[in-house]
Amino acid sequence: MTDKIVLTEAQRKSRRGRNIALGLVLAALVVLFYVVTLIKFNAGMQG
Amino acid sequence: MTVIDNHEALGGEGDIRLSEAGARDFFELLKPRVMSLVVFTAFAGLILAPGSIHPVIGFISILCIAVGAGASGALNMWYDADIDAVMSRTAKRPIPDGRVQPGEALAFGLVLSFFSVAILGVVVNWFAAGLLAFTIFFYAVIYTMWLKRSTPQNIVIGGAAGSFPPMIGWACVTGGVSMESIVLFLIIFLWTPAHFWALALFKMRDYGAVGVPMMPNVAGEASTKVQIFAYTVLTAVIAVVPSLAGWSGIAYGIFAAALGALFLLCSIAVWRMPDGDEKMVPAKKMFAYSIFYLFAIFMALMVDSAVPRIAAWIGGAA
Repeated sequence: MTDKIVLTEAQRKSRRGRNIALGLVLAALVVLFYVVTLIKFNAGMQG
Repeated sequence: MTVIDNHEALGGEGDIRLSEAGARDFFELLKPRVMSLVVFTAFAGLILAPGSIHPVIGFISILCIAVGAGASGALNMWYDADIDAVMSRTAKRPIPDGRVQPGEALAFGLVLSFFSVAILGVVVNWFAAGLLAFTIFFYAVIYTMWLKRSTPQNIVIGGAAGSFPPMIGWACVTGGVSMESIVLFLIIFLWTPAHFWALALFKMRDYGAVGVPMMPNVAGEASTKVQIFAYTVLTAVIAVVPSLAGWSGIAYGIFAAALGALFLLCSIAVWRMPDGDEKMVPAKKMFAYSIFYLFAIFMALMVDSAVPRIAAWIGGAA
């Protein structure tokens, strides 16, 4: 007897789609904060 | 449905409902069509505000406002899933259609609300973030949970939520509120009842079936038509105020007055529509025109604001 949950093909596919979307959002946030940091630093250095 | 090898180990409850929702289903929760109008009017507020904003910061401002609006849409769909399932216009939404679980929609809406407000506050300013937080609260709690099911004035008061985006866009640039941004708010606020009651007239059976007290169901068609006319007059008047107050040019004023006159003609056609009309063509036409009207008014305001700036820029360059 195991406690393993077996996902259906539809569940596996939708989970993969959600994971990709979440990964893209997180990557976009990293880029966004990097760019904002550069802009704020630049503005701060200019006075 | 999930297959579980050992039912006993999991309490013998049988199938556990794991989500089959895809990214597209979650995107649908954000009410993309409403979000597009929010993006447009927030962008208008950003452009019309005095002062300047870094293009990237401006883009993030619009993104946060859009996501915040989408989050409130998801919270609205979570709370209204019961009535959405009954109405033909909303029965295919992700929750009543069974594609997204209510808990998922709630979590999605709350997480997006938090991040949109937090990022707007950290990156742009906390006044604009506070306004966005209030807008989400107003739409999700004041309108959806309270007003919508309790008073026929639901759309009048609740319309404030949809009117805030240009004010938030303005606040992203200036860090505050001014008379100009209040007029932008009022244009949408006064436009909303005329726009939505035109829809409610030809969808009144749907709203009646679920017990939502929309004006045509409570006050009747005749009273609703008079009120549509009254709000159309107010909208047409407030839309020319920027020109009368000197914030925008005469050309904008003439254009806004012409658009307002057409809006009034639509509302008169609705008023003259016989009670119990099956097709309600004038109401459908007014609903379609109202969307064009709001788009054209804000576009005209932006063009009116941009032309002198572009002329000055060309003059400076030459």
